[in-house]
Amino acid sequence: MTFPFLSVITFAPLVAGLGILLLPPERKDAARTTALVTAAFTVLLSGYLYFAYDQAAGGFQFVEDVAWIPQLGIRYHMGVDGFSLPMLLLTGIVLLTGVMISWGIEDRAREYMAFFLILSVGVFGVFAALDLFLFFFLLEIAVFPKFLMIVVWGYPKTREYGGMKLTLYLFLASLVALVGVLALYAALPAGARSFGLLDMAAANFSPELQRWAFPLIFGGFAIMGAIFPLHSWAPDGHVAAPTAISMMLAGVEMKIGMYAALRIGVYLLPEGAKFWAPVIVAFALVNVIYAAYIALIQKDFKYIIGFSSVSHMGLVMLGFATLNPLGLTGAGLQMFSHGVMTALFFSIVGMVYDRAHTRMLPELGGMMQRMPWAGIAFLVGGFTSMGMPGFSGFVAEIPIYMGLWQGVALDPLNLPGFMTTPWFFPLAAVISALSIVITAAYILLAVRRVFFGQLPAQFADLPDVSALDKTALVLLSGLMIVVGLYPAIMAPLVESGIQPVLQALGGG
Amino acid sequence: MDLLNSHLLSLILLTPVAGALVLLLIPRDQVGALRWTAFIASLVPLALSVVLWLNFQPDIAGYQFREDFLWFPLVGSDYRLGVDGVSLPMVLLTALLAPLGVLFSFGVQDKVKAYMILFLLLETGSFGVFMALDLLLFFLFYEIGLIPMYFLINIWGSANKQYASFKFMLYTMAGSLGLLLATQVIGLTLGSFSIENAVTAWPAWSGTIAGLSATTVRAIAFWAFVIAFAIKVPIWPFHTWLPDAHTEAPTAGSMMLAGVLLKLGAYGFLRLVLPLYPVEAAAGAPVLATLATIAIVAAAFASFGQSDFKRLVAYSSVNHMGFVALGVAVAAWTAQHGGAQEGILALNGAVLQMFNHGLSAAGMFLLVGVIYDRTHTRNLDDFGGLMPLMPVYGGLLLFTSMASLGLPGLNGFVSEFMVVRGAFPVFSVLTAISMIGLLMTGAYILYGIYKTIYGPLNTKWVGHTSDISAREVIAWAPLGILMLVLGLAPNWMVSVINAAVARLF
Repeated sequence: MTFPFLSVITFAPLVAGLGILLLPPERKDAARTTALVTAAFTVLLSGYLYFAYDQAAGGFQFVEDVAWIPQLGIRYHMGVDGFSLPMLLLTGIVLLTGVMISWGIEDRAREYMAFFLILSVGVFGVFAALDLFLFFFLLEIAVFPKFLMIVVWGYPKTREYGGMKLTLYLFLASLVALVGVLALYAALPAGARSFGLLDMAAANFSPELQRWAFPLIFGGFAIMGAIFPLHSWAPDGHVAAPTAISMMLAGVEMKIGMYAALRIGVYLLPEGAKFWAPVIVAFALVNVIYAAYIALIQKDFKYIIGFSSVSHMGLVMLGFATLNPLGLTGAGLQMFSHGVMTALFFSIVGMVYDRAHTRMLPELGGMMQRMPWAGIAFLVGGFTSMGMPGFSGFVAEIPIYMGLWQGVALDPLNLPGFMTTPWFFPLAAVISALSIVITAAYILLAVRRVFFGQLPAQFADLPDVSALDKTALVLLSGLMIVVGLYPAIMAPLVESGIQPVLQALGGG
Repeated sequence: MDLLNSHLLSLILLTPVAGALVLLLIPRDQVGALRWTAFIASLVPLALSVVLWLNFQPDIAGYQFREDFLWFPLVGSDYRLGVDGVSLPMVLLTALLAPLGVLFSFGVQDKVKAYMILFLLLETGSFGVFMALDLLLFFLFYEIGLIPMYFLINIWGSANKQYASFKFMLYTMAGSLGLLLATQVIGLTLGSFSIENAVTAWPAWSGTIAGLSATTVRAIAFWAFVIAFAIKVPIWPFHTWLPDAHTEAPTAGSMMLAGVLLKLGAYGFLRLVLPLYPVEAAAGAPVLATLATIAIVAAAFASFGQSDFKRLVAYSSVNHMGFVALGVAVAAWTAQHGGAQEGILALNGAVLQMFNHGLSAAGMFLLVGVIYDRTHTRNLDDFGGLMPLMPVYGGLLLFTSMASLGLPGLNGFVSEFMVVRGAFPVFSVLTAISMIGLLMTGAYILYGIYKTIYGPLNTKWVGHTSDISAREVIAWAPLGILMLVLGLAPNWMVSVINAAVARLF
């Protein structure tokens, strides 16, 4: 038996979190340091796996497989491939930077750090789980700390509403998906029932089952990725959450939805995916354009970022809907890129708010003079967001658009006439490209209103961000630039990760 | 020496970035160190570009000093660089203007560190466009140059800088949207973004995209390319961002903007539009020629009507770049309809005009900057009769204006004559109309110098203004020398351009 890397990454935060709770409450620095060391440890381990993964061999590696509830065909089965490794790394990085920028929290710092670590257990776990029962188990584990953290440490005006709304939506999402998964489980022959992902993938479900189960599974998970029209929990919840939780929710949790939509939805139900692909495109387009437009007219700095996340997740869904190597790889890259970017954005919003005590654009201005590091990092994130070449967003968007141009081999039974024409997907590429300009507009306007212009007199001696904050900012913006300038560091890995999905779809 | 030979282009391309990184490490109050480091970091590419020029073999077909590295294999894009006779003068121009801009910017007092870093990044972005042999890489550099330019205007610009920088950014980004989409289509259909491959494969491609035939796709993609580059050149009616951006930008920013960034659009026409869309370009040539003529004439009149000295020079850029567009149109037409001799002549003129306009526009903006730094006004009515107060400055302004006006013996005359001479047999009426523009060029240039250095002396400047400083003269001098050299003996450059241009036919 090899070293259980994945279990260690997943459960190290749990052990550390419980350990922190045992500390006396006044030993805040000990709690913080423990959290920082644990988070750094997960980054190092997941970074090691990222580079140690054998792309030529492909498939799931670092596998751990132990019987858990054999009567129900449930196993403790973990493993990672090229699609989940970037997500694992992303989780570690957001955890680490989240701890860094939360250093200044004085209110129940011990509990804050402990819950934040425990929250990450579920997140790490779902990206490694290869058993669907284990997947849902870990997914729900994260609900309790998430809800608690929003309600206790969140934005006082909306935390109850935002926390409740977010939790209920995510519950709804996972329940809908669970119903779909249970239907698949029940469709397996009686002697061979299993929650194993690979077992189900080999089961060849009938096309009819695939067609009606797909909306449940993909749709359920897509709600976690904030698909229109069930997206409104995301901005409300993210704005209400404390900074590190916003980073984790928007940066990683939304990716869980998208990750599962592909890994479970498309992978297990390829015929369903082919059938519904044009519908996904239609909804995702609304995400991309409408949310970008809503971001443009926000007055609240944090809501701009909240809606921009919704817009960018639409691009991920567009990539998925292409069902071809370019689009799927692009979507995987976009998940990583957006995760880093939005974590950076929320951390900066938090830094500004902690100092200025307002997030309203008309009351802000000139912050570049007081916190230049935050301003420059925001610009890096902004350029990533608008798909500027040289930043990771561009590297992700180019394959997505090319995938759309290429179009998709559709199910011949497909329904509405215009959706099956050869110009439907390319048209989606053209329309969603308009979001680049809208994004550029809202980013530049936000930059101008928050970081440039006149510094209001009452902010004349705001303190600069701390050294730890700067470290987090450099780490996050550096990643966007590295991936943007040298895409070969991530693209081949993701490309190897989507091969099983392509094979299920009958191509690749 | 091996490294120098095999990676000369990368060295030129990346030295400014390396310089910017060094600047990051220098404390922001070490203003002198910042300035000199930036200056040296921009002198190195100039020296290397001279080496490049001397080692370049005009007689060898194709690209030289090529480099090719794995970059983004998923989509078929690689780090491919190379130069030919069309891009070489542009590389030299960029390498020349950057240190002059840095030298002139020694006068910038505010946030020197950020300014110099952005300026160096701008230089790299421009180099990249002229060297890229990969469509995606081309696009990358084409767009990335926007970022430093945006901030140079946004932070160091004058009164209306917020509006101008925002307009500049959105206008250019929106313009390149079509370019981006069309580039994706080319990359997807050909399986590679290599420009060399696309030049042969794309015009011959016959497939369908989105249910549209290859001919239709090419026609749409052609206009997408044309609009993107027409905004950058700029060609009337896509020019309205330019006067705002130029006027608000700091002096060295205007020098780079007019001297180099406008060339990116024209270069896009030469490097991409003509070879990738020979048939469509020939069909669109009369439209392009008409727009170019309108640009030449209308911008000359607009320039004449300005009361802001910098805006006058800004409109003159639209006017002069019109000749480049006219030359491109002639080449596009003759490549398909015969008359290659005219086409080659016009295209030679266009490339040379790009270089010449780079010199004269940078020179003019520099001189506008000099007078603005002293008087803090650009309003022509506030000047007058400054010649006795600033005799050296007056002389340089007169000289540069004459180059811009197209006085024989100076550089502008040679290239404009070549374009017009090539264009006349092809688009006779339009060329004749463009002569009105040439006349008005004389008018607005003379008007400009009359309002500043001649006429009755505006006495309020007596004792309040000094003559041009030695540093400013040094920043101007290479431009002035080249204006004279290219005016009297243009052949050393034309021979390099001609060898490359002739292969387009």
